[in-house]
Amino acid sequence: MSTTSPATPGAETPAPPANTAAEQFAKRRRSPAQRVQHVLHAYPAISPLLVLVVSFLVFTYLNPNFGTLRTQSLILQQVAVVAALAVGQTLIILTAGIDLSVGAIAILAMLFSAKLSADSGLPGPLAVLVGIAVGTAAGAINGLLVTRLRLPPFIVTLGTLSVFTAMALLYSGGQSVQAGAMPDLMVWTGEIVNLGGLRITTGVFMVVLLYVVIGFVLKQTTWGRHLYAVGNDAESARLVGISVNRVLLSVYTIAGLIYGITAWILIGRAGAASPNAAADANLESITAVVIGGTSLFGGRGALLGTLLGALIVGYFRTGLSLAGVDDQWRVLSIGLLVIIAVSIDQWIRKVRA
Amino acid sequence: MLNSLRHRRTLVSAVVGASCLAMAACGSGGGSGSGGGDDVGVTLITKNSSNPFFVTMQEGAKKAGEADGVKITTAAGKEDGDEQTQIAAIEDAIARGDQGILITPNGPGVNPAIEKARDQGLYVIALDTPPDPADTVDVTFATDNFKAGELIGEWTKSQLEGEKATIAMLDLFNDKIISVDYDRDQGFLTGMGIDTKDEKKNGDEDPTGSYDGGDYEIVCNEPTTGAEDGGRTAMENCLTKNPDINVVYTINEPAAVGAYGALQQAGSEDGVLIVSIDGGCDGVKSVKDGVIGATSQQYPVQMAELGVKAIKKIADGGKAPEPTEGLDFYDTGVQLVTDNPAEGLDSIDTTKGTELCWG
Repeated sequence: MSTTSPATPGAETPAPPANTAAEQFAKRRRSPAQRVQHVLHAYPAISPLLVLVVSFLVFTYLNPNFGTLRTQSLILQQVAVVAALAVGQTLIILTAGIDLSVGAIAILAMLFSAKLSADSGLPGPLAVLVGIAVGTAAGAINGLLVTRLRLPPFIVTLGTLSVFTAMALLYSGGQSVQAGAMPDLMVWTGEIVNLGGLRITTGVFMVVLLYVVIGFVLKQTTWGRHLYAVGNDAESARLVGISVNRVLLSVYTIAGLIYGITAWILIGRAGAASPNAAADANLESITAVVIGGTSLFGGRGALLGTLLGALIVGYFRTGLSLAGVDDQWRVLSIGLLVIIAVSIDQWIRKVRA
Repeated sequence: MLNSLRHRRTLVSAVVGASCLAMAACGSGGGSGSGGGDDVGVTLITKNSSNPFFVTMQEGAKKAGEADGVKITTAAGKEDGDEQTQIAAIEDAIARGDQGILITPNGPGVNPAIEKARDQGLYVIALDTPPDPADTVDVTFATDNFKAGELIGEWTKSQLEGEKATIAMLDLFNDKIISVDYDRDQGFLTGMGIDTKDEKKNGDEDPTGSYDGGDYEIVCNEPTTGAEDGGRTAMENCLTKNPDINVVYTINEPAAVGAYGALQQAGSEDGVLIVSIDGGCDGVKSVKDGVIGATSQQYPVQMAELGVKAIKKIADGGKAPEPTEGLDFYDTGVQLVTDNPAEGLDSIDTTKGTELCWG
């Protein structure tokens, strides 16, 4: 979290004198509401963590089967693909952008690598690299359109969502590629690892690794701090000498790279490369980020929250299914959670202003 | 939320459609190729353009068009249930002055547009999915989906030899009611000898009871959207409810592949009967590999060819086709594909199934 940069001075409040004195002064004057919002502001992952814990207890009470390690590991499997895509989505939303073309890029990368390897006998490592390269290139295209043409990310990715989806369908002719037709490495992400009775696919480990690596980069590198700065206030970032365009371009490109890796994980999960896979991933990834407490206005949020957000959606799907409740209640509750999450975000911004 | 997700994809289909037209990649088998005077035009409108079943249908129509000197234009919804794009495609066909339309309707929302086309003198044939009501179109060429379900139900019953059936039902949707979905599901249960109550409603059966030969328990009705990842998630949820499942009905073969992945992960794929419907080449291969026990094969190329020929014949002043005896559509046939034939049940093996498969 880079909350060290001072907030932009408001018009009506004079700049505080000395920092420490000001802080003590602020502490004495804090109302309980302000204390709550301060905690929420400093630790965006707290609210999704609360939701996750409460829903865990409720669903386990409704059906003890829910609390078992086996069910928990299955939920992790089910949300793995959306959670991986949401890593890229988080980076973009932190810069106050949004990416509607997430799933389309993943499907494009998946079909390109799968079909190439099946048709032209591309060896496994190369096929995987092709998928990652296609994802990276698609992300870079989004980034170039946002930075060079200065178009709003929402519009850019709305357009590329259609373009990439159509390209994937035209290239593949709508045909899926079966696991047997691809090199073994392409379906390696579906391999099962036996952890003392728990059977987990290698793809899930890759997703966890992705969170660890990107989480570290966000917290510990200059690039991560710049990314938060750009999301907080692009103009201030420019004034302190950060190249905003370069940061944005790198963010969209790295997001594309993450989607390319996810395409590989998706093949393992589905057991085939199918144009019908991950159909709703575009919006599901945004849902995970928002429920995870990352602000759509940029500059505030944490990657851990996104993982919790993806898990919450999985909890509701499996939990309600085990409780024998109609699936539409899941759709309804997730919708409410999104609205609540954005309301909390607005409230924090209001108290800070 | 899900439904709004579906709506926003109509935009994509518009773009796909536009690029098809621009690139002629979706093959309006233009006048240059077929030599004859292309005075007969037919538009084929499928549910989507990403399902191999419909891709095959498009190819079949183009081939038939080339053979008969009929100009074929193709269009498709973005996905099952996308009615808006189909309505636009029907209006385009009227504007183009086509003689006929072949359509796999995405829902009742396209009915008024179909009626408009017929008022304008176009001959409209539904393929694969009869509209509701059936007489919205001139005639339907389709698989008897209920019978397709019955065949795999009867096969399952004979394989069980009286042992208890613990059943997972992997359907298409749980938020939309589509005839293909309930016909196959209810047909399967009927084939097993289970009372389905309402034949147009999935999941209203008694959760436990007896089938022809033994006791049954239905563990779950889960939606798969007919895709691999959906099938896997659905099966995982069913196994969480009851790990002893030994019979898995799947709406189509991609869903079956996903279900098998979930069973493999649980380490319980042995001794589970997975049955499916479609008979695509990938699906037949899954039967050969032992992933799927039996599948009911349908013939989309046949539907498309018959449709093109019928419209050509009518345009040339011939007679319109009649529905099959006892049904409100023309049955294009279905066959059981399995390498473990059951006593008294007609089936073909995977070698024959591969010859006849599509996709």
